[in-house]
Amino acid sequence: MRVRLRFTKSGKVRFTGHRDVARILERSLRRAGLPLTMTEGFSPRPKLHFGLALSTGYESLGEYLDFDVRDGDGEAAAVQVSALPAQLTALLPPGINVETAAVIDPRETSLQQAVTSCSWQLSIVGREPAVVAAKAADLLARDTIPVTRERKGQPVHDDLRPAILRLEVVGDTIETELSTQPRGVRPAELLAVFDPPMPDPITEGGRVCRTHQWITAADGAMREPLHATPAPHAEARAS
Amino acid sequence: MTDVWPQLESLLAKVQKPARYIGLEDGSVRPEHGAGKVAWLLVYPDTYEIGLPNQGLQILYEILNERPDAVAERTYAPWVDLEAELRAHGLPLFSVDTHRAAADFDVLAFNLSAELVYTNVLNCIDLAGAPVRAADRGPEHPLVCAGGHCTYNPEPLADFLDFVVLGDGEEVVSEITDVVRAWKTSGRNGDRSRPAVLRELASIPGVYVPSMYDVRYEGDKLVSVTPRFDGVPERVEKRTIADLAEWPYPKQQLVPLTEVVHDRLNVEVFRGCTRGCRFCQAGMITRPVRERPLEQVRTMVDAGLRRTGYDEVALTSLSTADFSDIEPLVRDIIADPVNGQPTSVSLPSLRVDAFTVGIATEIQKGRRSGLTFAPEAGSWRMRQVINKLIREDDLYGAVGSAYSQGWRRVKLYFLTGLPTETDIDTLGIADLARNCIEIGREHAKNPSVTVSVGGFVPKPFTPFQWFGQNTVSELHRKIGLLRDSVRKQRGVQLKWHDPKATAIEGLASRGDRRLGAVIEDVWRHGGTFQEWSERFDLDLWTDAMARHGLDLDWYVYRHRTEDEVLPWDHLSAGLHKDFLWQDWRDALAEVGLEDCRWTPCYDCGACTGYSIEHIVASATPPAGGSQGTGQDLQFVELRSRPRAGTPVEVGA
Repeated sequence: MRVRLRFTKSGKVRFTGHRDVARILERSLRRAGLPLTMTEGFSPRPKLHFGLALSTGYESLGEYLDFDVRDGDGEAAAVQVSALPAQLTALLPPGINVETAAVIDPRETSLQQAVTSCSWQLSIVGREPAVVAAKAADLLARDTIPVTRERKGQPVHDDLRPAILRLEVVGDTIETELSTQPRGVRPAELLAVFDPPMPDPITEGGRVCRTHQWITAADGAMREPLHATPAPHAEARAS
Repeated sequence: MTDVWPQLESLLAKVQKPARYIGLEDGSVRPEHGAGKVAWLLVYPDTYEIGLPNQGLQILYEILNERPDAVAERTYAPWVDLEAELRAHGLPLFSVDTHRAAADFDVLAFNLSAELVYTNVLNCIDLAGAPVRAADRGPEHPLVCAGGHCTYNPEPLADFLDFVVLGDGEEVVSEITDVVRAWKTSGRNGDRSRPAVLRELASIPGVYVPSMYDVRYEGDKLVSVTPRFDGVPERVEKRTIADLAEWPYPKQQLVPLTEVVHDRLNVEVFRGCTRGCRFCQAGMITRPVRERPLEQVRTMVDAGLRRTGYDEVALTSLSTADFSDIEPLVRDIIADPVNGQPTSVSLPSLRVDAFTVGIATEIQKGRRSGLTFAPEAGSWRMRQVINKLIREDDLYGAVGSAYSQGWRRVKLYFLTGLPTETDIDTLGIADLARNCIEIGREHAKNPSVTVSVGGFVPKPFTPFQWFGQNTVSELHRKIGLLRDSVRKQRGVQLKWHDPKATAIEGLASRGDRRLGAVIEDVWRHGGTFQEWSERFDLDLWTDAMARHGLDLDWYVYRHRTEDEVLPWDHLSAGLHKDFLWQDWRDALAEVGLEDCRWTPCYDCGACTGYSIEHIVASATPPAGGSQGTGQDLQFVELRSRPRAGTPVEVGA
């Protein structure tokens, strides 16, 4: 049986890295006493499937984890999925809150392959939002945004424009939706092509938050890997 | 209070591994400070990854936070990138628990586990906003103290520390808290308040206040270290907790959010060791052996695994295979998976002689962890000198059982530069490694042996405290011999510790107060994190020595004589100085000494002096192997023991 969790990452804990979060979640699942399916072999590990990495220092309202549990005996369910958000949140550090849990089809495409784009909020620090809005409009008006990126030590020419699906300024925040495939764009790369380039807000006292991850179906319809249903404990735990 | 978090956030976005600085570990607390509470900032003067797992610091953290009149928070040395940001933005050292400025604490307490962190101690005091020299501190500054193994010779840091604690900290932290609380509630006011509280602290057994002592030299020679006031002890004795069972700490081991060394549950199964290895300071200063009851160990392992979610437990001590009930303990941990998953057991400090096939089999039922043996020396003669009486057959037996149980890689740890060492002894290391590979081939296709060689540093309160350390060039030569010898040997990897760093460890290990100026000089020239090879700089040290007219050769490479006053003679680890001297003579005569936990007392002083005893569940040594473990040592010449209880004059 495969379970998918949707969780947040905010506050002080946002300074942990992707691998740290993986370890924290693995330990919490073990502490919850879940009957995790283990890998075979010399050094068995639980079968966990992580979604797209979130840069250290960025926050998120929509992170995901899939994990496999052994099926229950007879009619007894192996895992009380509805109880998982509260149970796991209590075992996780403040700032990582499990919002939703659901059983998914184990044949479903992995998170890393399925997610096609992400929505982001980037705070504007030390700039006039109206000016930033104008610059954003300039970017959107362009047909191509050529950039040179380094891949395996080699410079690679690329066009960022197709990956910018949405870009607007709301209040003092940039809201944007960026593709994750075939060629993903990171928020810092987007800010770097502004004129003049803008630094990563988190180094200036600002915030970067991933608000949603999206899966685009063949017909173009977009859905999230799991819908968020804010749990009552989320507020109290946020810090 | 000063919460630095709001200003810290944007800085953390610019530094490596910011998770080092966020706290939030499971098991951590956010204690409520208050006027009547003594606030301790426990400082590990190295990076978070190295310091977080330190059990001593975690034990004190819990004991202090359990007291209604104390709070304890933690901090670790900020890496150079964050230090630069803090200094550029005028921010101080802060606690990771509540991100409170260091100046908000009454006591800065350093854990000193290694000599090369000494410059980091100064850096942390400075970042805390206090003058680095104790004499320059006023009522507004916290008291700065240190504990840990290096404090058995605190003299190089004497100028910077207000007080030093010798031995086990479990009881004495509370006694110190009582004195500091009175100081705090009096408002720390008046000119005399700081000297007065220090004098009061000096009267607590186990507490050493360096500023209360006069140090006299004649030429190069140290002549005396004597108390300046009545009530200040001539000799400060270490503290020893009589029974580990009364201290089942840590109860809430910290579970870090980011990767650290020893990232697993740690349960201390006993403290102290009487194997009597002559190079080993830990074994000398932590006597006697105090085992934790088997049932308590089981409870701590089980509760700890459930609470932390770890799937690995380390049973810690100085020689875990000597724990009386080690076999049933390991068997039960492996047989009874906690959290629905197999638990892996790691046994640090494994002596080869007690490593039976039984334990190997038990461990490998869980996930297999690394296996390190420490023969320490390459020849039987050399091992007699250092009193590590394991025979080659013991090592081969242990290695053979490891390979036959499925291990493919074994690590062997050796010292070089030991007293009386010849090239035959050094090259014996290569022979042992080659023979281990041969044994491995009987069981595996490509067995490997990693040989790790460290330069020997003589330590205070060991029989080798009089020995002149090998020079940098001599250690390089010996490592070169070994490298040439194993170069063509398939499967043997040689690793070694930088002899230049070994020299400076030796300098700090047996130095006197005059080194304070050198440590300050190195720190002022940017020499922090000297225990990190990429940051270590020998020139900083030799230049500073030259500037202060001090001679590295004299401090490090010179043999001491019996009548020499040693910089730590006014401190005591319980060991009679004449016991250590006799053991040094025995070493030179290649005479071994048995483990006293299973044989009659030879009155080293650690038990008799403090009216305490070994606490060992088994009256008989573990089966198999050598030295007090069932081996017939008749062929070995052993020293005849003085009768227990014979009064022996302490020291010289």
